[in-house]
Amino acid sequence: MTDSIVDVIREGNDPEQGLKPRSEITARELLREVGSVLRMSEAEVAKLGDIPADPAEDQTMILNMGPQHPSTHGVLRLMLELRGETVLRCKPVIGYLHTGMEKTGENLTYMQGGTNVTRMDYLSPLNNELVFSMAVEKLLGIEDDIPERAVWMRMLLSELNRMSSHLLFMASNGMDLGAVSMMIYGWREREEVLRFLQKVTGLRMNHNFIRPGGLAADLPAGWRDDVLQLLEMILPRLDEYDVLMTGQPIWRDRLQGVGVITAKEAEALGATGPILRSTGVPWDLRRDMPYLKYPEVEFDVIVGSYGDAFDRYAIRLNEIRESIRIVHQIVDRLPAGDYRIQDKKVTPPPRARIDESMEALIHHFKIFTEGFKVPEGEVYVAIESPRGEIGCYIASDGSATPYRIHVRAPSFVNIQCLPHMMCGGLIADAVAVISSVDPVLGEVDR
Amino acid sequence: MDDATTPESEAAPAAPAMLHGVLLAESCGQRVLHPGRDQYLKLVRSLLDETFTVCSDLTAVDYLLHPQRRLPEGVAAERFEVVVNLLSMERRERLRLRVQVPEADATLPTLFDLYPGTEAMEREVYDMFGIAFTDHPDLTRILMPEDWEGHPLRKDYDQGRIPVQFSTDFASRRGGA
Repeated sequence: MTDSIVDVIREGNDPEQGLKPRSEITARELLREVGSVLRMSEAEVAKLGDIPADPAEDQTMILNMGPQHPSTHGVLRLMLELRGETVLRCKPVIGYLHTGMEKTGENLTYMQGGTNVTRMDYLSPLNNELVFSMAVEKLLGIEDDIPERAVWMRMLLSELNRMSSHLLFMASNGMDLGAVSMMIYGWREREEVLRFLQKVTGLRMNHNFIRPGGLAADLPAGWRDDVLQLLEMILPRLDEYDVLMTGQPIWRDRLQGVGVITAKEAEALGATGPILRSTGVPWDLRRDMPYLKYPEVEFDVIVGSYGDAFDRYAIRLNEIRESIRIVHQIVDRLPAGDYRIQDKKVTPPPRARIDESMEALIHHFKIFTEGFKVPEGEVYVAIESPRGEIGCYIASDGSATPYRIHVRAPSFVNIQCLPHMMCGGLIADAVAVISSVDPVLGEVDR
Repeated sequence: MDDATTPESEAAPAAPAMLHGVLLAESCGQRVLHPGRDQYLKLVRSLLDETFTVCSDLTAVDYLLHPQRRLPEGVAAERFEVVVNLLSMERRERLRLRVQVPEADATLPTLFDLYPGTEAMEREVYDMFGIAFTDHPDLTRILMPEDWEGHPLRKDYDQGRIPVQFSTDFASRRGGA
């Protein structure tokens, strides 16, 4: 068996992507199938023996959930093997939203790259831009020269973005479980956060605001009042969510003990973010491998203990509170200064200089048409996005475009936990499990 | 700590740093290992035993158009490079592996048995670069359709000539370009 699949590929044939019926697979294959290594012991598989070839004896059916299913958050397709209503096996089939963004990124300059990465995880665009900018800055060797104000501003935007992303999770999680009023509330609050982001960046989403070297612009006048007003409004509404959902028996029954995963399994599968923290592992890159100014602000890493869908819900809800806490500290401490590095190699000259200097105009033009060159090298930078570890791997050949840009998307990895979380559960809970993983398909497929 | 390491590196510049018998280099302050294909699996296994319990990322680069890239002495450049990012939560450390994979025999052992989470990542690398992972449980295309031809992230994958799947007027397009 070892080399058979490689031989098939050498002959120029691609194997099928879907979940095979049991009559077509051997016990060993079943054991090694996606994620099943974790959920089925050798002894169990041995007990299965040769799987009954007779379909009449085989009481299972394979059902497609998605790609056009409202609760799959986009175009996720799950192939489920069911016995009655119990899910025996599950395989996510992805790629329906694949648009070759990594290939596109190879043709965009470092200046333009932000517009590309920001569209991957469209619910936390600022975090995508941040990790991309940090990777480029590391290659340029200017990561320590970013002005203080820019760093704090980045942190402010990244935390507000975390809030908006988690608020949308509250909405979609509520909708998936039938708490439709929660959907309305979640969207409403998220819109308030987006309104502020729009005021700062000019766009609700896909901002391209955090750029290599700093940010695109300074905060607008009156931002402090806007932020404080926003926080003041959202905090009590989180308590309303508690009343509406957290203590509600139906809500708890639908979530508790559903989609359970253990710490060991989550680690083995590479899961990060709320999924890993729900198993009790206090792992948050903001605290454990700090970047920006996170060591200087106070916040708690929220962890769960059961690794179920309820823990993941509660973690996200409380992470909004922690983000509010962080934003309060940022508002108090945001220093004055420049919002971008004044490095002629990376940033365009200030607007006023263009009016008086021909060189500045040429420089401005060149930066936006040709971009800036980045020294040869390769780097991997990871930060904590609302969904987990988002990483950016860039290999540069010394030109103005990345030779290769790869984004380690947290959803892409987290979605591989689905087969494991769903195994043995009910198909009715599948929706709750997908929802609790909170995948963004734009990022899964890139 | 700096005082302890600098004289040592000055004293013996000839002897490169090693970890588990594998060449250790540095890139932008990050530690990078350069194992050969035969050392790869053994190295990852010993790193796993050594608290590197998470494989955060596995990807590849096609260096077809940039063969003269900087590599430490003793590493022969090949067309493909598989890049693995490991994470030790206990030590709060990252470690990167760069494995050279030749074009003629683009295969590498799978890490599935050590890190089940690499299953999808290796499929993505296979799909995008055509690097086959031996003993992988389900080596199929993951992002592209099953019947897709070619591996899009290879540098010789012709971007200008991607046949539009649902266009009937492909011939005239080609003529126009």
